[in-house]
Amino acid sequence: MTSDHAAMTSDHAVDIDKHVRVYITVFVALMILTIVTVAISRLHLSVPIAVTVALLVAIIKGSLVACYFMHLISEKKLIYAVLTLTAFFFAALLALPVFTHSNGYWIE
Amino acid sequence: MEIPYTVELRRDTGLNNGKIGIWLFLASEVMLFGALFASYILIRTGAPSWPRGDTILDVPLATFNTIVLIGSSVTMVMAWASLMRRRFGTYRIYMGATILLGFVFLVVKYFEYTHKFHDGLFPSSNNFLAIYFTLTGLHMLHVFGGMVVNAYFWGPGAKLWKTNPAWFTNRVEHSGLFWHFVDLVWIFLFPTLYLL
Amino acid sequence: MDNVTTAGHAPVGAHAHGTHAHADHHEQSFVTKWIFSQDHKVIGIQYTITALLFLLFGFGLMALMRYQLAFPMQPIPVIGSLLGAANAPGGIMLPEFYNQLGAMHGTIMVFLGVVPLAVGGFGNYVMPLMIGAPDMAFPKLNMASYWVYFVGGVVMLASFFIPGGAAQSGWTSYPPLSVITATEGQTWWLVGMVFLITSSLLGSMNFIVTIVQLRAKGLGWFRLPFFVWAQFVTSFLLLLAFPPLEAAGVLQLMDKVAGTSFFLPSGLVVGNRALEVSGGGNALLWQHLFWFLAHPEVYVLILPAMGIVAEIIANNTRKPLWGYRVLIYAIIFLGFMSFIVWAHHMFMTGMGTAMAAFFQTTTMIISIPSVVILTALVISLWGGSIRFNTPMLFALGFLPMFGIGGLTGLPLGLNVADIPLHDTYYVIAHFHYVVAPGTIFALFAGVYYWFPKATGRKMNETLGKIHFAGSFVCMNVIFMPMFLLGLAGVSRRLFDAGAAYDFAQPTLHWNVVSSWGAWILAIFQIPFIFNFFWSIWKGEKVGDNPWEATTIEWAAPSPPPHGNFTVAPEAYRGPYEYSVPGAAKDFSPQYEAS
Repeated sequence: MTSDHAAMTSDHAVDIDKHVRVYITVFVALMILTIVTVAISRLHLSVPIAVTVALLVAIIKGSLVACYFMHLISEKKLIYAVLTLTAFFFAALLALPVFTHSNGYWIE
Repeated sequence: MEIPYTVELRRDTGLNNGKIGIWLFLASEVMLFGALFASYILIRTGAPSWPRGDTILDVPLATFNTIVLIGSSVTMVMAWASLMRRRFGTYRIYMGATILLGFVFLVVKYFEYTHKFHDGLFPSSNNFLAIYFTLTGLHMLHVFGGMVVNAYFWGPGAKLWKTNPAWFTNRVEHSGLFWHFVDLVWIFLFPTLYLL
Repeated sequence: MDNVTTAGHAPVGAHAHGTHAHADHHEQSFVTKWIFSQDHKVIGIQYTITALLFLLFGFGLMALMRYQLAFPMQPIPVIGSLLGAANAPGGIMLPEFYNQLGAMHGTIMVFLGVVPLAVGGFGNYVMPLMIGAPDMAFPKLNMASYWVYFVGGVVMLASFFIPGGAAQSGWTSYPPLSVITATEGQTWWLVGMVFLITSSLLGSMNFIVTIVQLRAKGLGWFRLPFFVWAQFVTSFLLLLAFPPLEAAGVLQLMDKVAGTSFFLPSGLVVGNRALEVSGGGNALLWQHLFWFLAHPEVYVLILPAMGIVAEIIANNTRKPLWGYRVLIYAIIFLGFMSFIVWAHHMFMTGMGTAMAAFFQTTTMIISIPSVVILTALVISLWGGSIRFNTPMLFALGFLPMFGIGGLTGLPLGLNVADIPLHDTYYVIAHFHYVVAPGTIFALFAGVYYWFPKATGRKMNETLGKIHFAGSFVCMNVIFMPMFLLGLAGVSRRLFDAGAAYDFAQPTLHWNVVSSWGAWILAIFQIPFIFNFFWSIWKGEKVGDNPWEATTIEWAAPSPPPHGNFTVAPEAYRGPYEYSVPGAAKDFSPQYEAS
């Protein structure tokens, strides 16, 4: 039976209060960014610009969730290594098919 | 026979088994949804025309759903934080809220889907709807799966808190990581399908 | 039978370990111990036996096909009348049935046979022992991965018996054909694949965490046996490359079941009628997603085999592997590159020259670590005191066979050279050389090698040598002529082997040769099957380390008990310390202190 719960993760009860403040801040930021992205979409910008802006906002929101809710900002090297590898293959999967067959040749 | 590093951290990696396990699973999920996004890109760039999301889909409803899901992410991490603060009662409340918000998300989607069907809009109608239903459908399955796991840790699984609070806290954390990931996917799905 | 001595076994982080029944507290029921076991050794054996049965079945499908290929449109003797009028009226195989056999032969061999044996069987059984672990990191997940595989296999087998039969659009399931084919076999294939992919994902997570976290004390990364490195890289391939195929499977399921057009372009006409779908889909999307998995999949097929061969070569040359570090860097690089070569399977789809050049370049680059690994294994033989036992014979046989398979892949990886060779028998010959006398030989080697650890008995050497000699000759008799067929331009998947084409006439007699090779190969598997089961009860009894090997699995009793080691092992040196100058014996095990 573990009696020392400080051993279970790298956080102590004191740090948790700080973390909770961060969670609330991030939540507010996410709400604002959600409103922002919907508002911008009402401007009906040209598709390339709309995509770029929407993607940027989504990346910011996603990063906030990943870094703070998922604690990625203070994770260990092994996790970073796995995710970096994944990111590279994710990029290849997104980019290479469209580069290879995007000239509309096969599509009606 | 015990498996080492189920709870305590291995020195050279600084991690326990479950933490690595869940991140590996999430890496595979990144590739799963990545493939679907790649499909979306290929189909959309090859299409002669593509409707803007808000002309077919209900943006206000989906915005509400986005807020619901992000909210559930907050309650999820607060549930874990409560366990770290040794407040089991508070954990129960936050975890319950997470499950409830997930349920709200699913209910909204149910109404969205049935509304589409009622209007004669099915996956077979065109590729926009096909990819919409498939992407959100798969996402919905993940929401449901996450809720089942969360419900287990709210209910029968919570027994573990009495016998091994450290392990229980970790398992809630890992389940939380999955839940945040489901939220993260939605953060990209929502603008892609509804706003662009 | 299952008593665990707990001497020196200090509980690490005492806690209640889930609902797992502790063998040291009470006897497990038959069901918990043998059916729903969480012990990696039992699960490894379950995978091994199931996979071997699927390999046999998949081989059987081909043996049937080979009759049609050798003697097109002739009634198949004996079996023909048992196939039913839907498949072979009058005993003559229908083209649809031939296509079912073809699609399922590939699917079963790759996804139900080779990978479950190489990874699920050998990986599960040997790897935890080799790293000195008590079990996998997640025993329940391990059990789940086997049973999900099992269900996937049942679904695949069951598909033969539904109206219209099994999937019949190749193991590659290209749309539009796979979608517009009116039968449900393809749907069952897709469902089966979802189960198999899920099983793989569960397994790969387990393997990675186990190798990272549960290595014994002193077992640093550069003291790990190459077999473990191979399983480690393989697991990453499975983890990250399979999900896109799962996604593609969902999309094709939607096309088949929900009437979507993810893969159906507009304007398709089938049977003189315009297809009533929304259109706008992209058949090439399937190919991209499929090959994103299926290319790394071929490395999943070969990497564990290389790992097995490496262990057996080191052991039977009584010297360290040549280029141990180089092997490790090569296999890591190989794993990484395997994700960005896939469209070399798609050179003929109308891609632009820039992308063709990109994939051709990455493909040529990936051949380098392959050659490095093969060369290192060959050089490892130099100056060795070679023991020609059955595992070593299969390991030695692997080397030139993989050489032929690998080298013949090079023209396929070159965009222009691929033009006349794509989708011909040349391709079939190439990949069978790597997988059949390549990987499968390595898997046979592994069975003979680790059988004593799992059972405490050796398999019979004479039967083993007969199995090897016959298999080696027959494999070459079957597949070597297929290079000729391919170079002559004979397409693959023709149900009459090209008999309807003028240009193929001079090649037709080779099909008779290949078919006889296949049937005689089947006969030479009988000594193996008999040997396998007979030796479990009557094989020569041996101790813990009959091969005088150096890696940690040989420290465990044969067979190891639940928990594997009576005392947690520690690694004191590298994995291949054979013939160390000045040592008392010609092998210095990793796990022995002095």
